[in-house]
Parts: sequence; C-alpha cells; structure tokens
Amino acid sequence: MSPLLEAEGLTLRFGALRALDGVSLALWPGEVVAVVGESGSGKSSLLRALSGLARPEAGRVLYRDAAGAACDVHALSEAERRRIARSDWGHVHQNPRDGLRMGVSAGANIGERLMAAGARHYGGIRAAAAEWMARVELDPARIDDLPRHFSGGMQQRLQIARCLVTRPRLVFMDEPTGGLDVSVQARLLDLIRALVEELGLAVLLVTHDIAAARLLAHRIVVMRQGRIVEEGLADRVLDDPQHPYTQLLVASVLAA
Amino acid sequence: MRDPVRSPEGAGAPGAEHRRREPEGRDPHYNFAYLDEATKRMIRRAILKAIAIPGHQIPFGAREMPLPYGWGTGGIQVTASILGPSDVLKVIDQGADDTTNAVSIRRFFARTAGVATTTRTAEATVIQTRHRIPERPLREDQILVFQVPMPEPLFRLEPRLAETRRLHALADYSLAQVKLYEDIAQQGESASSYNHPVLVNGRYLMSPSPIPGFDNPKLDRNPALLLFGAGREKKIYAVPPYTPVKSLDFDDHPFAPMRAPHPCALCGSTTHYLDEIVTDDRGGRMFVCSDTDACAEAAGRAGAAR
Repeated sequence: MSPLLEAEGLTLRFGALRALDGVSLALWPGEVVAVVGESGSGKSSLLRALSGLARPEAGRVLYRDAAGAACDVHALSEAERRRIARSDWGHVHQNPRDGLRMGVSAGANIGERLMAAGARHYGGIRAAAAEWMARVELDPARIDDLPRHFSGGMQQRLQIARCLVTRPRLVFMDEPTGGLDVSVQARLLDLIRALVEELGLAVLLVTHDIAAARLLAHRIVVMRQGRIVEEGLADRVLDDPQHPYTQLLVASVLAA
Repeated sequence: MRDPVRSPEGAGAPGAEHRRREPEGRDPHYNFAYLDEATKRMIRRAILKAIAIPGHQIPFGAREMPLPYGWGTGGIQVTASILGPSDVLKVIDQGADDTTNAVSIRRFFARTAGVATTTRTAEATVIQTRHRIPERPLREDQILVFQVPMPEPLFRLEPRLAETRRLHALADYSLAQVKLYEDIAQQGESASSYNHPVLVNGRYLMSPSPIPGFDNPKLDRNPALLLFGAGREKKIYAVPPYTPVKSLDFDDHPFAPMRAPHPCALCGSTTHYLDEIVTDDRGGRMFVCSDTDACAEAAGRAGAAR
C-alpha cells in the first residue's frame, strides 16, 4: 500500500519566521494522524500547505487519488485542485462560521457539496441532507433552520456533515473541538471517532489538545518552531515521550 | 404604471400610423447615431467577442450618454453601434411602446441617426427592450438589444466581483443552485419571478436582465441575435441565434414560467404576459397585455373576426 498524502521537505517562511522548515510527512489510507504543538509551531501552516491553500517555497505534496494516480498538489491548476478538494477532500474548520454558509439553511449547507458535484435532484439532495443530519446527531426536523440558530457544538456537527456528505477520502481538521465546552467536546470526539471508523477516512488532525489527539489519532506528530521533533504511534508518544519538548507538552496536560 | 388607454404615440387602434420618420430627418450636428465612430468600433469589437463566447460578460468602455444610469445607457450604446441607415428601430419598455423611456429613446435615434422607427415587432430590424421579449416570435434578420442593470448573475450571492469571475472561469455555479434549493425549501418554489438565472450553451451562467420568468423559454434557441448591454457596469454579453439557453432548476422541480391566470381585458389573449393595472382605489384592477403591439394585433384580429 502506498501513502494517500506524502509531503517532502516543505518549507514556508513569513519574513524571517520559519513556519515550516523542511517538514516531511506521510498519511496512509484510513489513518488518523494528529499534529500537536503549541501556538505558532507551524501546525496550521502545515495543514494549509498540505491542502494546497498555501504554496510552500520548497518541497512538494503528492496526493494519490482513488485510481492510484499520484499528483503534485501544488502543480495542479486551480480548477483541478478545487475538483479534488470538492470530491476527495473535506475541511473542518475550528470556527464553524468559516466552514458553513451562515445565511442559508442547514439542508442547503449540506447539499451545497452535492450540488457542486453535480446533483440536481432536489428530493435526493434533501434526503441526503436529512440522513446526514441524523448521522451527526442533529434533529432532521431542523433541516430548514439557519445555522446561526444552532449551538456551537451543533454547528460543528453540521460542518462535519457538510464535509462528509460527498464521502471524501481525506479530511483535514483544524482544532475541531476548539471553543467548545468539555462535555460537548467529548460527544463530538466520540462522533468523529465513530464516523472515521465507519467510513474508513484518513484524517489529518491539527490540535493543541493532547487528550483529543490521544482519543482520535493512530499516530502523533509533534511540531515545534516549524520542525517535526517527534513522530510515532499515539500511545508511544504520549506514554513514553523522547524529545524534551514532547515531555514538557505531555507533562503540562492538566489532570482532572 | 402604464395607462390602459393607449396614447396616439403607442400602438393605438389598428390601422393607425405606426411607422414614422422624423420629418426633418437626421440632425446634422450629431455624428450618425450620436456616438463617434471610434467608440462604435470599440463597442462592436466587444459585441463580436461576446457573440464568440455566448453568455460571457465582456468589459467595454461605456460612455456617458444623455440619459441617466438605469434608464438604458448600456442598451442605447449597443443600439447606437449596430444601427445602420436602413434599419427600422422599435423600442419597448416593459413591453410597451408608449412609455417615456421608450418614446425618448426612439426619438433620440430618429433625430441622431435619422432611422425609421416603428411600434410593430414584425417590421423592426433592431428592437431595444427593457425587461421584456416581444410576444411575436423573432426572426433571423432581427436583433434584440436588452438594457441590463446588473449583468452579474451571482451578484446577490457573492459580493466580491473578483471571486465571481473566478467562479465563472471554473464554471462553479453551486452557489446559484444553493439559492434555488433555499427558495424551494422555504417557499415551495423558485422565488425569482423575474431575472431567473440561465445557463447559456451549457457553460456560462447569465443574468437574462430582469425579464419575467415567462420570457425565459423564449431565450432558448431564439433565431434572433440577443445582445445585452450594461452601461453602469460597463459589460456587454450576447446569446447568438439558436444557442441553447436553460433556466436553472432541479430535475424534480423543473423551471415553470408564471403568468397571471386571466385573459387580457383589451384583446382577450390567454397566452400573452399580463400587467396588473390598478384602476381605482376600491380594489378595482384589470389585467392587460404587457406587449402593446401584440395586444393591438390580437385586438385587430378579434375585431376583424367579429
């Protein structure tokens, strides 16, 4: 088996600041990889570079599609990149406002990706939207409500439904549980874990929440100052951290 | 609102004088059709480009015209640059030949170009229109010029024009489809009774200018050349003859043009698009054809049959 997404020597600078400094990473099908690190360590820059939103100064990102053909994400034309982002990838933002259209109903939010993929049957789109609302534990009776009338946790679940409705193979998640209170976080993590298992998704999860990483991830990558300082199986990294920075990070988690 | 009793300038009774040439002919103080030759060439180049890419908006250097923005500065510039001395011009405003806007523009070209003007759709070679397509089917030797207030069909959905250009380039019209979904979800049907977006030649999403949905099917494979001019927004676009034009819809909610369920109060037509006219302040109203020429023709036919 070959990796789904493969990055080599990614470098990205903002002026004198090195956001990414020769980062290499591989993500296999069905695998959940968590990228952890403090604010400013380059986690989000890595996510943006991998998903083609930010062009790195050096290095390349290879994506292998369902047919097994590899393409360089940054060499694609915008039309091709958007097509892949629409059909094969999903993006869950930290703030649901960035991922949802706040002015249209929940059903339209879920249906937009289907319509972008060419669905033109209103009843079919609506049925798919209702089904996905149920799958993310939203009441399908609220299909015509605006997202702004939903709570933060519900908006986040709606965002996940919107992103998974086209059955992507790879989902980028940027702090999906950030800004939610603890009990809502726990339910959301449970939901994400169940869906990932069920759909066999590959997930690249960026988080500074070590507990979320432990719960969801198979593998953990620790970043600091634009470099990967440690990488390994989730339990190994968290139970037996090798790098001093990882030790500090794991030791700083507050026990309840 | 148009007076139901037609003025003599309009279609009037059958047999009335409907075609006229300004007695003094063309005013020699103006260049032919008002615009200078270089400007007309620039506009013609934009028109040719627009015809080559059906439905795609072509920018052009719109000039100040002697009428306010929103009154048809785009349409009048397109008309000015395609008009020849032998053309016969008809101008309609919401289907009517006798409203201020239509009368003024007709007079303007009679004075600056000395062309013959008419109110008869069948006789015209160039028809400038605001918000309607004539009821009588157009022919290959006719050109219909639309006055367009806002050429961008995604304008209400995506406020950034740079982004709408990108969406057109990528043919990504899911946003317009989302709007339609939302209309049907909230109201059970498409909420746009006019200016319903169309897909031209399977490629570009286009605003049909604010014509009623009733007229949308007439855009499809029309034998006449359809030109659209937006003066304020400085854009020209076109639908060449016999180009497929499809109104945006869903497979299970097909586009359905709307028409008031009445016969015309003047000619009795049950197929023409109707205007609702309030006749008094006690709820009295009448429905009459919006296309005055088609109405007069139908009334003439009805009169002859009687």
